[in-house]
Amino acid sequence: MRLAIRNARVVDPASGRDGMGEVFVEQGRISERFSKADRVIDAGGLVLAPGFIDLAARLREPGFEHKATLESELEAAAAGGVTSLACPPDTDPPLDEPGLVDMLRRRAQALARSRVYPVGALTVKLQGAALTEMAELAEAGCAAFSQANAAMADTQVLWRALQYAATFGFPVWLRAEDAWLAKGGVAHDGEIATRLGLPGIPAFAETIALAAILELVRATRARVHLCRLSSARAVELVRAAKDEGLPVSCDVAVHHLHLCERDLGYFDSNCRLDPPLRSERDRDALARALAEGVIDCACSDHTPVDEDGKHRPFAEAEPGATGLELLLPLTLRWGAAQALSLAATLARITCEPARVLGVEGGRLAPGAPADLALFDPDAPLLIAPETLRSQGKNTPFLGHELRGRVRCTLVAGQVIYGA
Amino acid sequence: MPRSNPQLSANGELQHLLSIEGLPRPVLEQILDTAESFVGVTEREVKKVPILRGKSVFNLFFEPSTRTRTTFEIAAKRLSADVINLNVAVSSQSKGESLLDTVANLSAMQADIFVVRHDASGAPFLIARHVKRHEHVINAGDGRHAHPTQGLLDLYTIRHYKKDFARLTVAIVGDVLHSRVARSLIQGLTTLGVPEVRVIGPQTLLPGAVEALGVRVFHEMRAGLKGCDVVVMLRLQHERMRGALLPSAQEYFKHYGLTQDKLAAAKPDAIVMHPGPMNRGVEIDSSVADGPHSVILPQVTFGIAVRMAVMSIVAGN
Repeated sequence: MRLAIRNARVVDPASGRDGMGEVFVEQGRISERFSKADRVIDAGGLVLAPGFIDLAARLREPGFEHKATLESELEAAAAGGVTSLACPPDTDPPLDEPGLVDMLRRRAQALARSRVYPVGALTVKLQGAALTEMAELAEAGCAAFSQANAAMADTQVLWRALQYAATFGFPVWLRAEDAWLAKGGVAHDGEIATRLGLPGIPAFAETIALAAILELVRATRARVHLCRLSSARAVELVRAAKDEGLPVSCDVAVHHLHLCERDLGYFDSNCRLDPPLRSERDRDALARALAEGVIDCACSDHTPVDEDGKHRPFAEAEPGATGLELLLPLTLRWGAAQALSLAATLARITCEPARVLGVEGGRLAPGAPADLALFDPDAPLLIAPETLRSQGKNTPFLGHELRGRVRCTLVAGQVIYGA
Repeated sequence: MPRSNPQLSANGELQHLLSIEGLPRPVLEQILDTAESFVGVTEREVKKVPILRGKSVFNLFFEPSTRTRTTFEIAAKRLSADVINLNVAVSSQSKGESLLDTVANLSAMQADIFVVRHDASGAPFLIARHVKRHEHVINAGDGRHAHPTQGLLDLYTIRHYKKDFARLTVAIVGDVLHSRVARSLIQGLTTLGVPEVRVIGPQTLLPGAVEALGVRVFHEMRAGLKGCDVVVMLRLQHERMRGALLPSAQEYFKHYGLTQDKLAAAKPDAIVMHPGPMNRGVEIDSSVADGPHSVILPQVTFGIAVRMAVMSIVAGN
């Protein structure tokens, strides 16, 4: 089938293209211009961009189907314009066996929605003790290996894991957090935790672990992607590591670009996040670092939690926020605040994560997969339980009106959402 | 969502007492003045007033406590309320019932006031957001966060002995990190205009950003007590006495235990307070606890009047 999308503001972050025009699709891929289309979509002047690529979206299967299912979360992804997503291995059981990964991929393929890239567990049951069969898991379709939010207290195991991954060239995705320093903590160890009497997680729980990871990268030359940076000091460590030429990349969760410890207000459990929201200074440093490219990508860190998990005292609430449907509006808001062009803004959720994930999407060049998002950057989007398609209604932005509404999403040239 | 102060109604009246933080000075003064009028009641032969007749007060204690629960019970009974004591720590919670389910069930039994103690900071805020309009929540201690009626009785005691907050230097000594009493008192003192509030303790027992509470930090006790009008000693929990926070109770007492000798650094007419229960020989020497500077027992008496005041004010709003 040949599809033409006309009358669109075509934005391709990879090439910097931004202008009115058309995009042609043939056999699921972007094609050169052709004259006879089987179907024409009139974009009505809306923005047409590569579909978004989210480096962290929990689909909650297997094991947590009461919180969310593949069906519900892939519908949320489609509504959010997310055409590819990486799902962390912290399911139950964790993604530490090829059979589980295979099953997840088949389930996702059968639903024919967004592309799902499972991230395999780095250690068996994410316990931080024994390595998983990484080569087998890679064959089953794992794009990278990670501990998700599980602790990796034993640095010798981490060293061995990086050596082993480097042997095969597998990327390792790590969140830097010292398990001992973070033990028992639920909020940034700062002014607000002091006032509210919440056990704190100091910023150096991140930087100490990060410094250890960077030393191990220097020693092993493993390709490491650092997940969810949360502090200004961590940004500086990554900047220095990149200047030195270490093979590292990193991301930040969209929430951390806009929120800080103050947003906890009077114990808002929707602001209970991993890593914790830190100071205003940290938030501003993260937002700037993403603009400068020290931080490569923004991700949703999508974590649907049911009401029971959030209707608890702050420290007992389950961490996480729903995010797939907020990725675009929160990224747009960040880009506007940093005075970036639309193409530069969207790069952080298209071509940059494509590079980290090692996939060919995230751009509009002929031959690239026809994964597309058509959106109105100015249309208001009310964040409310009834408007969210994700089964998780937990977000600090509940009740907020954001801007940026997806009208149509295509994966491999097939419309999966909208007209 | 929960960024506005949830304890005040739209017209600024006290709906719930969850924390001293965020309460304007006139509200604190109203509570202290009302408590003063109740002190007389507690000294009469018939210690009852009919203010809460026909109302039900549910003492909802998710964490064991005898002293605080008893003083709330006495206060409610002196206001002629019906009091129901629920020791939730050993009933529904151990059967897996959620906090909000427990509260919804009790609410169906027609409660007017919930007095809540919970080991998690912020739990009474969660409850206050989910109770019916006519129900009131009083925080009787939540985690490390707040113990507002204790803070208010401390303020009452200080006002009783020292009159003018605007001239005082107050020192709070000990485990501030884990202390809801300290947080509530500090917020009350700063709201009422005390020019200097000090905290004294080893770094391991002070929260990360303690200066943000508006206090001066001292690690050396005599220096911290110098010129103080009020000395508030905090209880040191047994489980904190040996480990990564402190090496031993003995070493703690040597440096931070209040003795006659250390107290001599304070003003000659300084008062000594303690929220109880005391660890004699750990944070305070018996000769000080029972000595002429101590107002520890009057604190308990005032505590009943303060709790009567809080209950009568929220129920009347």
